[in-house]
Amino acid sequence: MPLSCVRLTRVVHFSSSLRYWNPELPEAENRRLFGRRAETHGHNYRLEVTLQGEPDPVTGMVIDLKDLQEILDREIMSRFDHRDLNADTPFFGKEAPTPENLVLVIRRQLASVLPAGLLAAIRLDEDAETFVEWIEDGSAS
Amino acid sequence: MDRGRERFVIALTRRYAFPAAHVLSRPDRDEGWNLRVYGKCANPAGHGHDYGLEVSVTGNIQAGSGRIAEPEQIDEIVRERVLERFGFRLLNGDPAFSEVVPTAENIARVIHDELEAPLADVCGARLVRVRLHETRRNSFAYGELR
Repeated sequence: MPLSCVRLTRVVHFSSSLRYWNPELPEAENRRLFGRRAETHGHNYRLEVTLQGEPDPVTGMVIDLKDLQEILDREIMSRFDHRDLNADTPFFGKEAPTPENLVLVIRRQLASVLPAGLLAAIRLDEDAETFVEWIEDGSAS
Repeated sequence: MDRGRERFVIALTRRYAFPAAHVLSRPDRDEGWNLRVYGKCANPAGHGHDYGLEVSVTGNIQAGSGRIAEPEQIDEIVRERVLERFGFRLLNGDPAFSEVVPTAENIARVIHDELEAPLADVCGARLVRVRLHETRRNSFAYGELR
């Protein structure tokens, strides 16, 4: 990343219900595969979105935080907050709403509306013990 | 991970805690040297922390489970290899710290090396970062993930 780039992080919280369930599999197989997560449960998710770019020479901003929040409200909060991930969203038909899969969905939604190349990283905390990170373009090196 | 033209890393992290005591001092150096280098951490009677531990793995998201690794399998390995071994212990008494001082840097490296093989063998996952929180003000990360 060029030295002139700045990384900017915004956090939102949403609460959703979910179960790990593949409707094409018999109930017993779902329970064997997913254990207690096959039951409907819920999480207070914490989502951290990091953008990376050169600050605009006039405004001094990578992105107007108001615009970023509008995108997060539209693409994340309205879809997921106080919703059921299985019933209220089109993303988890056969796929279980694991934090890994949810991060991939969030990444796809945000990348489709953000200016190209801006999205650098996503971190989704599912609870106090578990989080998933998605990092653009490889690891440290 | 390469998916078409996209290059990215996706990592799953589980967090744990264990209370342990340590003394920062080198037996091959005199008291003056140890006090100068390690300060209050050289107290021969020891001191302790509630260590917070983050274990991060990468790998392919499995088609059936939708997971990089099963959290319960990671938990089992970490419980056996780290929490039961180092929790409620004086770290200086562990063979891993017979030659190296149990600084948080070294503890993070020891834990990393202890977990790497079983996480690969049992979970099929690659350990990419161990982060050790020593207090609320210090944390130490070891591994390829930033």
